[in-house]
Amino acid sequence: MIDSLYLAWQYLRFNKARTLILVSCITIIAALPMALEILLNESEQQLALRADSSPLLVGAKGSALDLVMNSIYFGNEVPEAITMAAVEQVSDTGLAAPIPLYVRFKARGFPIVGTTLDYFDFRGLQLQQGEMFVMLGQCVIGAEVAMKLNLKAGDYIVSSPETLFDIAGIYPLKMKIAGVLAPNHSADDLGVFVDIRTAWVIQGLGHGHKDVTKTTDSSVILKKDKGNVTANAKLMQYTEITAENIDSFHLHGDPTGFPVTAVLAIPDDDKAGTILQGRYLGKEILHQIVRPKEVIDTLMANIFKIRNVLDAVIMLVGTATLLALILVFSLSLRLREREIDIIFKLGCSRATIAKLLGAEICIITAISLAICGVLVSLIFHYDQMLVRNLFI
Amino acid sequence: MINIQSLTFSYPSGEFQLDIEKLSVASGEKVAFIGPSGSGKTTLLNLVAGILPLQNGSIKVDNDEISALSDTARRNFRITNIGFIFQDFGLLDYLDVRDNILHPYRITSALKLDSGVQGRADMLAEQMGIADKLLRHPSDLSHGERQRVAICRALLTGPKLILADEATGNLDPKNKLHILELLFESVKSHGATLLAVTHDQELLPNFDRVVNFNDFLQGEAI
Repeated sequence: MIDSLYLAWQYLRFNKARTLILVSCITIIAALPMALEILLNESEQQLALRADSSPLLVGAKGSALDLVMNSIYFGNEVPEAITMAAVEQVSDTGLAAPIPLYVRFKARGFPIVGTTLDYFDFRGLQLQQGEMFVMLGQCVIGAEVAMKLNLKAGDYIVSSPETLFDIAGIYPLKMKIAGVLAPNHSADDLGVFVDIRTAWVIQGLGHGHKDVTKTTDSSVILKKDKGNVTANAKLMQYTEITAENIDSFHLHGDPTGFPVTAVLAIPDDDKAGTILQGRYLGKEILHQIVRPKEVIDTLMANIFKIRNVLDAVIMLVGTATLLALILVFSLSLRLREREIDIIFKLGCSRATIAKLLGAEICIITAISLAICGVLVSLIFHYDQMLVRNLFI
Repeated sequence: MINIQSLTFSYPSGEFQLDIEKLSVASGEKVAFIGPSGSGKTTLLNLVAGILPLQNGSIKVDNDEISALSDTARRNFRITNIGFIFQDFGLLDYLDVRDNILHPYRITSALKLDSGVQGRADMLAEQMGIADKLLRHPSDLSHGERQRVAICRALLTGPKLILADEATGNLDPKNKLHILELLFESVKSHGATLLAVTHDQELLPNFDRVVNFNDFLQGEAI
């Protein structure tokens, strides 16, 4: 058998391209279903875990899935904004504690989550280094953001403009990193958390600039009318909030009308939660309230159906690949007719020839399974990260 | 060494019938088989080697009746007692020269590959002037060098009988003679018998005997 393996190995080494193609085919077809199974299980687990720990969400009427995905997984689909009045409404019921969430902007590809310090207590998030944001313009970043961008407390991160070529648009805000969260193995690891007012500053609802009433530069003044000074576009806005300029930062308008994407409502108990849900049943109510768990369960049911289709597709592709491999081996038998004739004439039995070909199949399968094993182990090891980057 | 009696053989297609009443080859003899294509020269080599089943008559090699041997015994007999040299060299491209020479030892349990055999392979390669090419693949060698590798392979098992089917057919005139000399020397030093099919009239004087297959087609005995 050792001689058969030796000869088969020499043959496979000599015909590298053929071997590589066969190994790739078998590896892919073996690894694909396993990898998908691992990733789907992990995504199911991650989605369910996060949804379970988020009792109720209030948001604009529309897609409940978008609302849930954006609010608890910080997904890219931004639901229609509601106002801070919704936060007060929840608070006024006395049934639940509201936590506002404004998840719309990004900083170097990571979602900026505008919220309050209550969010950290609710999620049980701990700091790994630094401190919580204490003033406007500061942020706390998730563990994975820190690792991927190689950032630490004291560094800076800049918000990304929403439209790159809109020169009259919102200025990027340079934010100081006050702290880095300890790994939580959830979407929080990927968030850049700021005070909700900082999110509004990023949106342009608030800004800071020189006091135009005290400026001596007349070129920045558009109009002076009864002590009311209007500046023109020449007036430079601050792109970073510092201890020196923080007093110049102000919000324009009524704060109750400022936007949030969702309100995380934490009811006092199940009964309070049910009563609160009832308050949002009326047709005249502009908001919807959802239980993330129910939304995710529906999503899971759909994923389960898709998984069945996927399994069938993989099975079909696998069968096709297997047939193609059988074809390749039988064609290679034809191509090797001369070689087989020679070794038969030398005195080799047909069983030995079969053994030689069997050894080739064994080696190719063994290499493929080894690579497949490594791939599956890697996917298993990094499944949490992969799921967060690929699916959520 | 070889005794053939009352041999008749024909293919199912019926293209020709080989008819040998009697043919004897002495041990150590170098015999050339000549005759037109399709006259049965290669067929006789295959019958002697036990590759083709005997239909009628008898072939004895060293008193072993080939047709009386079982399949396994015939294969073992072939690999241990007979060395084959083919016109197209019959080397395997994916093996280097060394592994090609050692190949018979890797395809049967009747032969044991040990350090002694490997040493003998190196020695044969040295004798054939290809010792510096042991790690090359056949595609890197000239035709002459490939045939030397094939001769080394045929001789490695120490066979009693060498069957050469147009062994010099693919070589240029200079190489032909040289390879034939090497083959004769090796056959002589190993004490083997040589049956060689050839179309080359120039080489015939080098053989001990020439057998013309036209005679068999006419049914004459030698």
